[in-house]
Order: sequence, then structure tokens, then C-alpha cells
Amino acid sequence: MNEPLLRTDTAAMLETRQVLKRYKSGSTTLEVLRGVDFRLPQGGFTAVVGQSGSGKSTLLHLMGLLDAPDGGEVLLEGRRIDNLSAVERDRLRNTAIGMVFQAYHLLPELTAVENVLTPLLIRHSIWNWFTRRRQARLEAEELLDRFGLAGRLHHRPRQLSGGEMQRVAIARALITQPRVLLADEPTGNLDEESGAGIIEALDELNRDRGLSIVLVTHDAGIARQARSIVRLTAGRVETVAPAA
Amino acid sequence: MYKLLLCWRYLRTRWIALASVISVTLGVATMIVVNAVMAGFANEMQTRIHGILSDLVFESHSLSGFQDPVWHMEEIERAAGDQIAGMTPTVAVPAMLSFQVRNQWVTRQVMFIGIDPATHAQVSDFGQYLQHPANRQQLSFDLREGGYDTIDSQSPTETPTRPALEHAGWPHRRMRVERERLWKERMEAQADQAGPTRPVDQQVEAVLAATPADEPANNNSETAPTEPATPALPPQNPFQAARPEPQGRTMDPAREQFTGIVPGIGLASFRNREGIDQFLTLPGDDVKITFPTAGTPPKAVSDTFTIVDFYESKMSEYDSNFVFVPINALQRMRGMIDPQTGIPSVNSIQIRLKPGANLNEVRDKLRQVFPADLYAIATWRDKQGPLLSAVDMEMAVLNILLFLIIAVAGFGILAIFFMIVVEKTRDIGILKALGATAAGIAGIFLGYGLFLGLVGAGAGLALGLGITWNINQIRQAVEWCTGARVFDPSIYYFFQIPTIVNPATVGWIIVGAVLIAIGSSVLPAVRAARLHAVEALRHE
Ligand SMILES: Nc1ncnc2c1ncn2[C@@H]1O[C@H](COP(=O)(O)OP(=O)(O)OP(=O)(O)O)[C@@H](O)[C@H]1O
Ligand SMILES: [Mg+2]
Repeated sequence: MNEPLLRTDTAAMLETRQVLKRYKSGSTTLEVLRGVDFRLPQGGFTAVVGQSGSGKSTLLHLMGLLDAPDGGEVLLEGRRIDNLSAVERDRLRNTAIGMVFQAYHLLPELTAVENVLTPLLIRHSIWNWFTRRRQARLEAEELLDRFGLAGRLHHRPRQLSGGEMQRVAIARALITQPRVLLADEPTGNLDEESGAGIIEALDELNRDRGLSIVLVTHDAGIARQARSIVRLTAGRVETVAPAA
Repeated sequence: MYKLLLCWRYLRTRWIALASVISVTLGVATMIVVNAVMAGFANEMQTRIHGILSDLVFESHSLSGFQDPVWHMEEIERAAGDQIAGMTPTVAVPAMLSFQVRNQWVTRQVMFIGIDPATHAQVSDFGQYLQHPANRQQLSFDLREGGYDTIDSQSPTETPTRPALEHAGWPHRRMRVERERLWKERMEAQADQAGPTRPVDQQVEAVLAATPADEPANNNSETAPTEPATPALPPQNPFQAARPEPQGRTMDPAREQFTGIVPGIGLASFRNREGIDQFLTLPGDDVKITFPTAGTPPKAVSDTFTIVDFYESKMSEYDSNFVFVPINALQRMRGMIDPQTGIPSVNSIQIRLKPGANLNEVRDKLRQVFPADLYAIATWRDKQGPLLSAVDMEMAVLNILLFLIIAVAGFGILAIFFMIVVEKTRDIGILKALGATAAGIAGIFLGYGLFLGLVGAGAGLALGLGITWNINQIRQAVEWCTGARVFDPSIYYFFQIPTIVNPATVGWIIVGAVLIAIGSSVLPAVRAARLHAVEALRHE
């Protein structure tokens, strides 16, 4: 990692400054984000809430470098990251940022443990991989074990329940030991109980390991479990409700 | 690393991709087989042609030729003697060959070639193509006392394909003379008494019945017209007037022969559907040949000759065209010997070079010594240039056409890969979200294409070589199943389909096939690499 330019003790883990995003379809332009200032402190756990269509996912994609803003800046630990080269952004996604999606997004051809290992497979060349294969496998199995999936290592996503798939997805996000975890409605497709389990796991990661988390949700009950809540309305961050 | 794993997993679940592998396989296999067979045919043809023609041909432009071959050979020897292994003079003239089959006269247009029996075998493979084992050692234009091969000496078949040759030679000649004599007697008896005389008739029948069938297939059809129900015309000899009878004495055809000739086997025989050669005439029979004299203007003369052997190069063009005769006899009959000096003329000198000698170099040396307006000097390749380049051309066109088959397979890969890209759009988005680079994503599809190409080409190689090496067994199996002749030896004159596998050609075919497979995966790969991560993730 290059030395961050602006590194101070107060530098946020993840920050957006006046981020703009608009979608053009034909003659109409839809301004989804109109200058979003968002700040996730080191070790923070922020919930982003807002109506459907308010641009929560869009914001998360911008922070996760899956998309580029039309204006403004995205900073990771005080360093601007949205203008990096494609390869550098790929590398950051692979090493610093973990993402979890509502639709799990597991690779159907791979088993649970292989899915968890995918980020490491992407990171290493064939030769490197063979030298640390064993180690990586152990880590993946340990992670899955922690999420209660010890007996399902070699099942395909198709053979798993939604909650199990989401836990595999979280394990995949964590295997790279990211500095920040971005979760887009991870409980959206789950029943209350499994959803609660997922949130509990995230909360535990935040408290015990100090993992910084952004959690997008429209469930007020789940949002309350975060340390702070941010509301997206009309393309801006409107209400900031610091956790009690 | 993920590329490898994903390639492998995709391959295991996308069997449809194997459809394009099969077309690559078939294309590669076809190309290998066709090239091997074509190369085999071309090689066979070249060795045949080369075996018939000597390395270099030194000839005059006119039919009357040039005088004093001995002096010319000395000059040639002086010009390029260190690279010459042997020389022989020849005289070649267009001629007309006629022989009698039963009561019919068969006439063929031929090339009448005077050769020196002592030296001709040194400059070409001429000797190998004869039917009598002793003639293959050293050709003699004297009729042999039987012993002609009934099995083609150049092919490995076990069963006799030429039963008729068993009686060829003097036995056949004596039998024929006897038959003609009896026939003549009967005709005379008929003419004298205006009615058939029984004893002679019976005698004729007895001899005819005892005659071994030299043309088994023709027996039934031929007996009917020879029955004396309608008095048959006595065999008319159209050359009677043209040929002056030998003066002084009449020859005894049962013990003497005319000048010996060796006609191409195609002039005297045809192959029936069972693969048995049917002969219209045999060694021991007499034929008429009409040819031009060397005078100005040339006049047609004709003479009687005795067939002493057959020539079979298995190039039907030559086997149905060439008639060989001793050179001095031909020179004498054509008036090519200077009456004052006794020095003969020839049409051409055939030259064989030492192994490893450079054909074109020797040709050019000789061209410097001998003026081009009097002599044509050409290598055997020059003489067969149009034919050889036609074969090359044919191979090139065929290769282009066959390569299009593989190109079609390439389009199959293209289509299937595009399908996979669309189907796997979400997975591509996932990989991007996890940090896969555009190059990495493209690499998955390129690697997949490479793999399909290698598998297809590898299988094609195995299949192609398998077919090539067993092509004759396959031919037999097909013939056995369908009952139809796939490869008719009566057309090609070889019994086995010749094949030559050229490693360089095979290498190019495989490289080409793999390149096509990779090439057709480039477009889908680029498309996959360019997918927008977010949109890909939204894709259902
Ligand atoms: N590629 C696109 N082209 C045009 N409009 C888009 C595109 N992607 C998103 N939008 C629009 O941007 C707006 C924000 O979408 P986004 O997915 O961020 O909403 P969201 O807050 O995540 O909603 P939800 O809670 O339903 O997930 C929506 O109105 C959507 O229609
Ligand atoms: Mg959303």
C-alpha cells in the first residue's frame, strides 16, 4: 500500500465527498446521488437506510469501486480511491473491501469452500496458490466452521438454504481480511430468525475484530443494531442518527 | 488460478461446447487424412513418372532426330560427366498399333519408342515394370519360353490376377499357329468342296476345345460367331499390300518371331470387376505397327512385330500409350541410318544422374553447350511440370476448402462462447466484484478456447492418424459392408491406397486449428472483460 496522503488519526475508514451519480436513459436524466457526504469512522458500524430507489445500493457500489461517481470523491483511509487505475481498483476490491449482497452472488459451479476461496484464487498466481493452498483451505474451513457450516463445506450453493448461502458469502468477504465490509441488504431475502443470525454475526465481527461495516437495509429494526444510522433522501444524506 | 478452476468447472457443466470440439476434431482428422492420401498419390505418381522418364531428357525438336548419338554422348560426358551415372539413346515416334482379336482388328494410337535393351534399364526403372522375371534382370527382345508372372510382381496380392499369362510366350505362339493352320485348312476344304468335310471339322473342334481359355470371360460370346453356320470371312489383313513379304524364304511362325516389342499392358488388357486382368493379346502374338519414316516428307510404313513382354508402370497414361522396340530395328525401318557412313540418328538421349546430383544445374550446364534452337534439354520435372503443378494446386485448393470446415467450427465456438458469456454474466460480475481484472476474465475464455482447440485438434490428430494408418483395412470394411468398390485398382493400378504423413503438414493443421479456436474465443472474451460490474451483477 502506498502511504496515504492525508493520513491522520481522525482519517475515516471510508468517506465520500459530494458524490454525484446520475443515470441517463434517453432524454431524461435521473440524478440518484446529488452530493453525498458520508463518513465511516475506523471500526465503525453504520447502517444506511432509505426508501427503495433512494440510491443506497448505488452509494455502496461507488464505495466498493464497482462503479465510478460522476462527481465527488471516494476516500479509503484518507486516500482517494475512485480515480485509481482499473487494475489498482481491482486490487483494492480484492484486498481491502469485502462485499456482501442481498442475492448472495455465489458461483453456482463451485462448492461452499471453493466459493470462500475464490478471492484468494483471484489474488494468487497458479504457482503462489500451490504453495499456500493448504493454509488457505484451513482458513476457509475455519471461517465456515465459525458460521456453523462445518458440515456443508462441499455443498454447492444450490444445495444450501438462503441463510447458509449468505453466511458463505460473508465468509468469502472475510477471507481476504478486508478493512471494511460493505453489506447490501444481507438479510433482505431471509426470514427474521436467519436475518437476526446474520446481523449478530456482523455485530460480533465489528465488536471483537474492530471490522468497519456499512450495512444497507430498509428494516428499521435491523438498522437500530448498528452504531449509527444514515438516511438517504432525495439523493442526499439527510438524517444522521448516531447510535445511542 | 481461478481461471483454471473455472475453465475446468465450466467445461464439466457445458457439454454443448464439446459439439464445437467435435467439429474441430472432424476437420483436423479430414485434413490429415486427405493430405496424407494426396501426398501418397502425388508421391506414387512422381516415382512412377520419374521411373519412366530418366532424370534428364536431351532431345531434338524434329522427329527425324539428330545424327551420331555416340558423339553427342561424348560431348555430354565432357560437359557434365562427373554427375552422370548413365545414358541411353532413344527414338520415339507416334505410331498406330493394330492387332487381331478373334476376327476383329483392334487399332490403337501409340508412342513407338526404340530403346537400347543393354543400357535402357540403367537410366530408368524400366526393367522393374516387365512381366517376365528374366526380363526384369536383363531385357531381351526374344520371345521367352513361358514363365511370365501370373501374379503382379509389384503388388502384394496372393491370388493370381493374370491367369492368362501362364501360357504366354512360345507355347501360346505354337498353339495359335496350329489353330490358324487348322482353320485355314477347313476354309480351304470348304472352298474346294463347297461343303464341310467332317474329319477336318472335327479336328478343328477338338483343337479349339483343347485350347486353354486365354480369355475366359469372352468364351461364351465368342464361340457362337465362330460356328461355321454362316461361312466366316477369312481374316483380312489390311497391311497385306503395304508390307512386302520377306523374300527368299517364308518364315515358320511356330519357330521364329518377328522383331520383338514390349507394349504397355494397358494396350493389351483390361481389368474386369473381379480384379482379374483380361488380355486381348499375349506375348507370342503378332501385331502390326504403322509409323512414319524419317524421310522428307515422312511416309507411313508398317511392319509386323511379336509381343515379347508387357510393360506396366501403373501410370495408365503410359501403360496405354507406350510400345518399346529395339532401337536399331526402328532406326533401320525408319531409314535413320546414313547409307554412306552407317551412322545412325536418334530422337533423344536419356540421362540418369548420380544420386544427389543437382538436376537443374546439370540441365543448365548442358544448355550452355548445346544450342537451344537445335536441342531441347529438360528435367523430368520440367516435362511433367503442368501435371505436378496441377496436383500441387489441387492440394492447395483442397486444403483451403477443408480449412474452412475448421473455420466453421470456429464460428461454432464463437456462438457457444457468446451464449456462455450471456448465461454467466452474473458470475462475471461476481468475479469482478471480488477483484478479478479484465485481463483475468478474458483469460478464462481464452483459456477455455485454447483448451477446446487442443482437445479438438488432439482428438483430430489421433483420429486422422488412425484412419490414415488403417485406411486400407477401412476401405476393405466399407467394401465388405456396401458391396461397392470404393477404390478401384483398375483405375489407379495400385492395390493399396498410398499414404504419406508429413509431420510439418500435420503440425500446421494443428497449429491452425488451435489458433482458430483461440481466435474465435477472442470476441466473447473481450465482451466478457468489458462487462460493467454493477450491470452484470443485476443480470438475471
Ligand atoms: N443502470 C441504471 N440505469 C438507470 N437507472 C438506474 C440504474 N441503476 C439504478 N438506477 C436507478 O437509480 C435509483 C437508485 O437505485 P438503487 O438500486 O441504488 O436503489 P436502492 O436504494 O438500492 O433501492 P432498493 O432498496 O430497492 O435496493 C433507482 O431509481 C434505479 O431505478
Ligand atoms: Mg438496493
